[in-house]
Amino acid sequence: MNNSVTNTVRLLGAGLRALLVLTLVTGVIYPLVVTGVAQALFNNKANGSEIKADGRVVGSSLIGQSYNLPLKKGQTSADPDLKWFQGRPQNGLGPNTVNTRYSLILSGATNLSADSGAVKGVCPAQPADKTLCAQVLAARDAVVKDNTVPGYTVRPADVPADAVTSSGSGLDPAISPEYAELQVHRVAAKNGLSVAAVDKLVKEQTQGRTLGFIGEPQVNVLELNIALKDLVAGK
Amino acid sequence: MGPVLAAVLQLLALIGALALVYVPVGNYMARVYESRTHLRVEKWIYKAIGADPDAEMTWPAYLRGVLAFSAVSVLFLYLLQRLQGVLPGSLHFSSVNPAQSFNTAVSFVTNTNWQSYSGEQTMGHVVQTAGLAVQNFVSAAVGIAVAVALVRGFARSRTGELGNFWSDLVRGTLRVLVPMSVVAGVILVACGAIQNFSGIHEVGQFMGGSQQWNGGAVASQEAIKELGTNGGGYFNANSAHPFENPTGFTNLFEIFLILVIPFSLTRTFGVMVGNVKQGYAILATMVTIWLGFTVLMMWTEFAHHGPALQAAGGAMEGKEVRFGVGGSSIFAVATTLTSTGAVDSFHSSFTGLGGGITMLSMMLGEIAPGGTGSGLYGMLIMAVIAVFIAGLMVGRTPEYLGKKIGGREMKLAACYILVTPALVLVFTAASMALPTPPHSMLNSGAHGFSEVLYAFTSASNNNGSAFAGLNANTDWYNTMTGLAMLLGRFLPMIFVLALAGSLAEQTPVPETAGTLRTEKPLFTGLLVGAILIITGLTYFPALALGPLAEGLAS
Repeated sequence: MNNSVTNTVRLLGAGLRALLVLTLVTGVIYPLVVTGVAQALFNNKANGSEIKADGRVVGSSLIGQSYNLPLKKGQTSADPDLKWFQGRPQNGLGPNTVNTRYSLILSGATNLSADSGAVKGVCPAQPADKTLCAQVLAARDAVVKDNTVPGYTVRPADVPADAVTSSGSGLDPAISPEYAELQVHRVAAKNGLSVAAVDKLVKEQTQGRTLGFIGEPQVNVLELNIALKDLVAGK
Repeated sequence: MGPVLAAVLQLLALIGALALVYVPVGNYMARVYESRTHLRVEKWIYKAIGADPDAEMTWPAYLRGVLAFSAVSVLFLYLLQRLQGVLPGSLHFSSVNPAQSFNTAVSFVTNTNWQSYSGEQTMGHVVQTAGLAVQNFVSAAVGIAVAVALVRGFARSRTGELGNFWSDLVRGTLRVLVPMSVVAGVILVACGAIQNFSGIHEVGQFMGGSQQWNGGAVASQEAIKELGTNGGGYFNANSAHPFENPTGFTNLFEIFLILVIPFSLTRTFGVMVGNVKQGYAILATMVTIWLGFTVLMMWTEFAHHGPALQAAGGAMEGKEVRFGVGGSSIFAVATTLTSTGAVDSFHSSFTGLGGGITMLSMMLGEIAPGGTGSGLYGMLIMAVIAVFIAGLMVGRTPEYLGKKIGGREMKLAACYILVTPALVLVFTAASMALPTPPHSMLNSGAHGFSEVLYAFTSASNNNGSAFAGLNANTDWYNTMTGLAMLLGRFLPMIFVLALAGSLAEQTPVPETAGTLRTEKPLFTGLLVGAILIITGLTYFPALALGPLAEGLAS
């Protein structure tokens, strides 16, 4: 009995020493080596791919932002500033006590199920609050209303899926080219630009798939808005 | 090019890349575990541990090594989190509460990486890199070690010796995982994943004002998180977070990292038992299931059944634009068929059937290709059972790789496959029957049940992904999923090592005309069938209450 206790203690001691040595290798040396290489070779990327505009940092090309009007009195959520291209809904972040949206970049999804809010297998016209049906239908109505300008009518069927759904991270920096195209008439009207000029901008900012098949075509909203700002300033 | 065609091409590129490295990586790992020489740094480490790396161990000794190392690891990680508040480099985060610390410690040591916390709000640099990331390495190395011990059981005869645990642990970490992670980590940074030690800081925004960022050693942790099939994200959104998984290419690359070691280990197995065709047969079984599930997942996600997704016009809820439906579907199957549990999109918002596929993937026991090491030993156990079933059909004593599958071997294999279903079903039933635990569900009805079933399936199989609607940060879920993870990891390991011991003692039986040829397609078919039937019979009633009910209703 005594012998087996001694053996157990000896074994646990070996385990502890093994853990400490391996912690040194994989928990200290390894991250430091990777950090050293990363900082030396890919400094900007290792630090979050910051983008500058007009000499000041305006965010990361990888992290989504909101493009909203300042909060009016009595408002709890701000209205979008329709001068700028808008990103995807980010309902997964939600308002909470620790963070306001995008203030500390807390990531997260809504996790609502595909049948959330459905009645008998379809989304009803008036779905219950805080369900996925409600979020999707409300977002679609808003997209249709905001983007319908004189001479250009958006039909509900034209609205792409990424415009009415929240992303996995809640920080999606990109929208689909279809959603960007859909916003062109509105952005042109609000900024007094020609539709052709804004359309050209979107085309320039559209990134295709890597090697033609990896990932999905996308438009980075921050980069697009920076280019738009330059266009407005230079007109 | 349409998104479906692009997704198929991505899948083909992935298969091509995995095929390209299969032989070199598999052979290399076989050399690592069969080598008689030690690197200088390894000798120094063995001296520090106080272990003789050349001393052969019997199965109980090997098991004691596994358990002692894991017990110390749980305790160390628990204390690290409990003391976070007073440790330097903790970004002023406070210490983690006892139930959550226990859950997280167990979760990372068991290679599960279930997370009931939000990384960016809970864990500082020290706990992330010196605690959690370390377990990403060593828990994976322990998994491979146990698999290698089982392979030695098949390869060796008339001996009780299965190798040396300390040597297998150290070699797996130093010669396999660390070098691959360094390369992978640098590639991830080159594509935009962050790697720094800055604290929480303010960064300007386009519309004025600022946002707060949390820096960290993300790329280095991301690399081993996928390679070691761990899955514990630096951030709450895991691999959906742009700082962890910035582009469509990194998404495909991370899927590759998840799959490369589990698939290549079948080559290591073939080399070590002296017949690479046996490895191909196991590989073919894994690939058949993996491809089948991936195609099914793509079909259901592209068809986007489900009322809210139909209204939206596509299954993009919980998915990132840069990955799209295709990249997200491939990732979801890879992460649940291995024991990874990293997510690049949120399974709870998948179609009803898509969510069911992720669950069924885990319920198969994560053997196609499974976790690092645990996938191979799980699949070999299924092979033993398939051989036994075949033996019953023809009335012959079953044998596999020249070893007789007798009463003792079958009892151990049967115990192995009973552990996880028992844990999943008992814990899920208890969580539904007791008064308070159901309050944690976000969605109601069939989907709410799925959240609970998913949680215990994920924990017991050491996967770690979540139908994240469930609020798992309660004392009940922290404790019970913690227990499920512990039992789901170490009970099977006991049976595997005992089986390895009893196989190694046998004298090989010569191959005759009546021997079942386990390297032929017939056996692969038999194995796939056995896996699907056993899993189906075990879980069908539970699946019918959750994802099937949801999928059929819409």
